[in-house]
Amino acid sequence: MNSPVEHYVTTDGRQIGGVMMDLRDITLRFGGVEAIKAISFDIREGEIRAIIGPNGAGKSSMLNVISGFYKPQQGEVYFRGQKRPPLKPYQVARQGVARTFQNIALFEGMSVLDNIMTGRMGHIKSNMLAQAIWAGKAQREENENRAAVERIIDFLEIQAIRKTPVGRLPYGLKKRVELARALAAEPDLLLLDEPMAGMNVEEKEDMSRFILDVNDEFGTTIALIEHDMGVVMDLSDRVVVMDYGRKIGDGTPDEVRNNQEVIDAYLGVAHD
Amino acid sequence: MTDQHPPETLVSVPHLLARNAQLYADKPAYREKEFGIWQSWTWAETADEVEALALGLLDLGVNVGDHVAVIGRNRPALYWSMVAVQSVGAVPVPLYQDAVVEEMTYVLENCGARFAIAGDQEQVDKIIEAQETVHGIDHVIYFDTRGMRKYDHSEITSFADIQNEGRAAKARLSKQLNKRRDALTYDDTCVMLYTSGTTGRPKGVVLSNRNVIETSKNSSEFDHLSAGEETLAYLPMAWVGDFIFSIGQAYWSAFCVNCPESAETMNADLREIGPTYFFAPPAIFEGHLTQVMIRMEDASRFKRWMFAYFMEHAKSIGPKLLDGKTVSFKDRLIHSIGKYMVYGPLKNRLGMSRVRVGYTAGEAIGPELFDFYRSLGINLKQLYGQTEATVFITQQPDGEVRSDTVGVPSPGVEVKIADNGEVFYRSPGTFVEYYQNPESTASTKDPEGWVATGDAGFIEETSGHLRIIDRIKDVSKMADGSMFAPKYIENKLKFYPNILEAVVFGASRDRCCAFINIDLTAVGNWAERNNIAYSSYQELSQHPQVLDTVLGHVNAVNESVSQDEMLAACQIHRFLVLHKELDADDGEMTRTRKVRRAVIAEKFDDLIDALYDGSDTVYTETEVTYEDGRKGKIKATLDIRDATVIARTKVAA
Repeated sequence: MNSPVEHYVTTDGRQIGGVMMDLRDITLRFGGVEAIKAISFDIREGEIRAIIGPNGAGKSSMLNVISGFYKPQQGEVYFRGQKRPPLKPYQVARQGVARTFQNIALFEGMSVLDNIMTGRMGHIKSNMLAQAIWAGKAQREENENRAAVERIIDFLEIQAIRKTPVGRLPYGLKKRVELARALAAEPDLLLLDEPMAGMNVEEKEDMSRFILDVNDEFGTTIALIEHDMGVVMDLSDRVVVMDYGRKIGDGTPDEVRNNQEVIDAYLGVAHD
Repeated sequence: MTDQHPPETLVSVPHLLARNAQLYADKPAYREKEFGIWQSWTWAETADEVEALALGLLDLGVNVGDHVAVIGRNRPALYWSMVAVQSVGAVPVPLYQDAVVEEMTYVLENCGARFAIAGDQEQVDKIIEAQETVHGIDHVIYFDTRGMRKYDHSEITSFADIQNEGRAAKARLSKQLNKRRDALTYDDTCVMLYTSGTTGRPKGVVLSNRNVIETSKNSSEFDHLSAGEETLAYLPMAWVGDFIFSIGQAYWSAFCVNCPESAETMNADLREIGPTYFFAPPAIFEGHLTQVMIRMEDASRFKRWMFAYFMEHAKSIGPKLLDGKTVSFKDRLIHSIGKYMVYGPLKNRLGMSRVRVGYTAGEAIGPELFDFYRSLGINLKQLYGQTEATVFITQQPDGEVRSDTVGVPSPGVEVKIADNGEVFYRSPGTFVEYYQNPESTASTKDPEGWVATGDAGFIEETSGHLRIIDRIKDVSKMADGSMFAPKYIENKLKFYPNILEAVVFGASRDRCCAFINIDLTAVGNWAERNNIAYSSYQELSQHPQVLDTVLGHVNAVNESVSQDEMLAACQIHRFLVLHKELDADDGEMTRTRKVRRAVIAEKFDDLIDALYDGSDTVYTETEVTYEDGRKGKIKATLDIRDATVIARTKVAA
């Protein structure tokens, strides 16, 4: 599935680099159910890659394979040219992959600030004792991490809720906090599982802008699952379409939009 | 401080900056919360930042007399921009940051801006869109670099880059900069500010250095402002008040201007800073009070009792203490307990623990609202002013504060009342002219320098205080010849927390009718407590119980108005509650939230007809503009209610 062109430039002038993550022949089974059937596709440096498909198509499973949460029975994952051995999710995170969840997974009782700080876990090098007594290095590290978190708070415009417990926030803001926590890890690859589910038009517009800004300002590669077709077509550079665990389309939004199989399976056909 | 620098050398804001950088070099001039921390700049650092920018502007080719638009939220960088623009002999023109493209286009076109300094991408986008019709803009400078990478940078440069170029060009250009700065005179233009335009197009008000500096000096002395004051700059930079408070007085008195982190964090930032000198329109005070009351309803019974008891006590004692009148020992004792239990914590909550001088203006303030803050021991006063006067016309001296007057003429201001009741003034702050509009200038300012305010009012003989009744053009006659002053009635209505806005009609008609806007915060909270479900503003506004509540308020206002011989005819006969909030985006209000009567009367003419033809309900369709500029239609059937009108029997006063 490797296209002959290594680099390309998007319509809005961004440079898209070589293959960052290459998924080859991935098959994932739960007992007798085949959730993913021999799917191959790649994600390139700097692009926004969407995975779409009807309910139960296996999109979230695919994201879980990328994040290392599920181990596929067959197939290989290549990350930056290296074949990735089976890893624990935290090891994948250390490689520079961060994610948000379809159902928000934040610490409800903790403040927004503390939640985002947890995203800096991978950047803490001092030992537990040093942190407990807040000695030299631990203190310096915390200051650095706090500064990094504050830049993200500023970026996502959530200054006003910095000290608010997450449990008190409306849904749209929680989603934004989750994005903030993922960004705090300074990932190279950001996985977003339905970042706009359950949002109203205005919240969707805000979130779309943040996703584009993240991609643009930090150069973060983004893979996202989304149901809102308008959003997908506007945001993404390339789209993978799944249906019943199979890949039925792959290409630019325009190519996918005109693919007959995709139209039939997902975008809907006129009922005669 | 004037020993080293005789006043005659302090002829412009850049001169004041030079003085402050010398006398108060290490004292903070600006603070801004950024990345969760209050960053601060001393006067010396401010002078350095302004100089770098001014050199950069010279390098860019800004000429003497050019107009430079400044647009964005209150940030130190934008205040520096205005002073840097002045330093090179050009004229800053601050614009309202929430203005839509058409409004911005008009102002940019009208002032012929050659350069624009924008706060962020949002403002840059608007300027670029305006440039489709406005062709005079040579270069745009932006401060926040977020999202700006993809723009064509041939005619756009970042603030930091301009400053860097300025610093690099220092050796080459500093002589020229000094020359331009030294050439500034007392009669050069200091700033051009656009009026909000309750009627017709905004007009550019030209204010000279003399206007700004004399006014700042007089008003600073009036309230004994010192270099130790702290203020929070959060009101629009395009508004004359902010220019005087955050630049004029701040540079004259050398006090510190604090900029909030964002509009949403204003209240938290207010608490952290604890300003000593604070200005807010009545709406802000009202918002704070509503929040306090809503929270008190959730408090425990003991706390509610304590709040009620001490507030009742404060109502009678607080204002007396503020005015320095004698108070019995027992009352003083209770008051000092109250200070620990209620007043102190509450003031802290409001961020007003340290307020020494507080002002409200722009609109009339409700007596209860005013007394609430006064009784807490906050020295809240009223002033009356306008852009054309460089703010100050009258203000209340300490110890002579009342909710129904706007005070005595400010230092250096003469006030007279014309035969038709219109208020005229003449002062050192009287504006130079309306930009390129000699007819308007001539019809507003007579050759002797007297300026018509457009407001009707009178001076109280006993106290010498000015009282404002209404806009003179709004004061008119009803069909039977009795006086009609809509604003007076509307203000009385708006003093009820449930009512956000009111528009009263009655000119040349036989009776008065009104549109009412409910306050979603107050009414929504009431609905929640009473288990009343609603899905939209529109639905809540037409709820029968809401209408009953509003009817109660209207009846109470009628009763109060009926006591007034002059205005008894202005009682409201029928009213309806509007299905949408009046909004500046729809042109129904000005950006400073004043109702545009003519626009409303035209837009809702079907509703007005229904009010007068006696129907019980009316169906209407209204066009609305969403925040992103798209337009939509809302449909509604509105109930019309009859209010109780008290017969015009003469009441013994």
